[in-house]
Amino acid sequence: MEYNTTELMACVASRVLEDGKSVFVGTGLPIIATMLAQRLHAPELLIVFEAGGLGPKLPTIPISVGDSRTFYKSVMAASMDYVMGMAQQGLVDYGFLGAAQIDKYGNLNTTVIGDYGSPKVRLPGSGGANDVGSLCTRTIILMRHDRLRFMNKLDFLTTPGYLTGPGAREEAGLPADTGPYRVITQLGVMGFDEETKEMRLLSVHPGVTREQVQENTSFKLHMQGEIAVTDEPTPEELRLLREEIDPAGIVIGR
Amino acid sequence: MHPDDARRWMMENKPRGLVDKRMNMSEAVAKFTRDGDYFAMGGFGHVRFSMAGIYEMIRQRRKSLCMAAKTGVHDVDVLVASGLVDRVECAYAFGHELRGLSPAGRRRVESGQVKVVGEISNAGFQWRFKAAAMGLPWMPARVMLGTDTLRYSSSKVAEDPWTGLPITLLPACYPDFVFIHVHRCDRYGNCQIDGITIEDVDLARAAKRLIVTTEKMIDEEEVRAHPDRTVIPHFSVDAVVEVPYGSHPGNMPGLYYSDEEHMAEWLRLSRSDEGVEEYLDRYVRGVKEFSEYIELVGGEEKMMYLRRLEHLEVPLDAPWARRG
Repeated sequence: MEYNTTELMACVASRVLEDGKSVFVGTGLPIIATMLAQRLHAPELLIVFEAGGLGPKLPTIPISVGDSRTFYKSVMAASMDYVMGMAQQGLVDYGFLGAAQIDKYGNLNTTVIGDYGSPKVRLPGSGGANDVGSLCTRTIILMRHDRLRFMNKLDFLTTPGYLTGPGAREEAGLPADTGPYRVITQLGVMGFDEETKEMRLLSVHPGVTREQVQENTSFKLHMQGEIAVTDEPTPEELRLLREEIDPAGIVIGR
Repeated sequence: MHPDDARRWMMENKPRGLVDKRMNMSEAVAKFTRDGDYFAMGGFGHVRFSMAGIYEMIRQRRKSLCMAAKTGVHDVDVLVASGLVDRVECAYAFGHELRGLSPAGRRRVESGQVKVVGEISNAGFQWRFKAAAMGLPWMPARVMLGTDTLRYSSSKVAEDPWTGLPITLLPACYPDFVFIHVHRCDRYGNCQIDGITIEDVDLARAAKRLIVTTEKMIDEEEVRAHPDRTVIPHFSVDAVVEVPYGSHPGNMPGLYYSDEEHMAEWLRLSRSDEGVEEYLDRYVRGVKEFSEYIELVGGEEKMMYLRRLEHLEVPLDAPWARRG
């Protein structure tokens, strides 16, 4: 079955999520991936929205992470204080993030492109991203892959990845054993090397070569050993995405 | 702010007795907002927010305001575009969530007409309000550590005396004024909110001056029959203004969903300064009060549609998401 890269990214992200765990969700692709996971392998995935929605049965894609859909048939309509406190306590297993720039340690920029004082592009800033990147146990980063985005030095470090390498998060005072877990792009899936905390290629999407992934990355990607090919979306995944989750094609396009 | 100065402000300015605080929007804005103030909007940028308060500030030509963009979306966009806000302390601004980036907000900030005076995270702002709500000088938290967000924020890092770990100290934040839009409240300001409270429970307590706009007025008896429903008590509140549909074009949980047709019109017009003026002339300066604006955007028929949309009885049509 034909599919586009957004659909593929949604499927890959959804497969990372585990049943019986919790996930901090942002607007757009993360919601699509989460709704898909709940309909397939993770019905008991606890959805957490930063504005206070806890455990909703999402009927449609929310426009805002604080709108009424985010607590539709939820187990609790809480507050930002409550859910951020949960994450700080260690109760949020996964968190989704997006970014305009990423470095090899998974540090993210969503604040400015160019010089901070006179930015070429002003982006929205941290929002809840720094909190998700600081407090969730494992973060999943969804973004476009090219050399301008996968860079050696960020214009601004908005959200912590592994900062300057092994031990740096703990040294800075961030919760132990937390950090970026997966980076999912239109080219492949990356993880982080256990020893060096540097980004490594885990799988390439169908039709993509490892050379292509490296060409689109400004820093050196670890890619020793066998690199898998990402499983394609199944017909059932595509049906759910197109017919039930995003019938208007707001996120996945049409 | 020194915690004793903050205490004194609360002691001297917040009436503990039941005082009728009802007034109209124009009185409330004239009385409780000042040029140059640092302020915050309750709700979530385009959800349960006081659009009625924003429009009235534009009509009264408030200026040189500094906004706590604690998830600022449509609120900060309109205020920046209309020139009222020239400084922003930014957790989230210049974006419209799923709708994309804000053309007006970005144009103003990238041209230097609006200054970002500091960065912070969402939890950072939330807990700054919490520190204020508790009368504390700061709140410790494990966010922002090791990042530029912290470097450009008003927070500091200290060593936790027990564990020796570095910890972020978020300074208490007491906005000069705050607007919060609620579902129901009585004449004294005892407020009920349906659904998530976002940051408003702490924000209400942190505000030096709090203007509550409400969909509906209720009697004191109704408040007392369900005291567990009160999320903002009367003594935090300085003004009560009844404004049905006061969160339009934003969402008001349980009552109406966001008006995406209107949002699309704003996003289209706000691509240029002329378009912003056209919008403001038509919908803000061209009307005397909010009820006139509601008529202008489609009146009861439109509100009924947004109510049905909120209750999932009709599918969402988002013009900004249409391709081609």
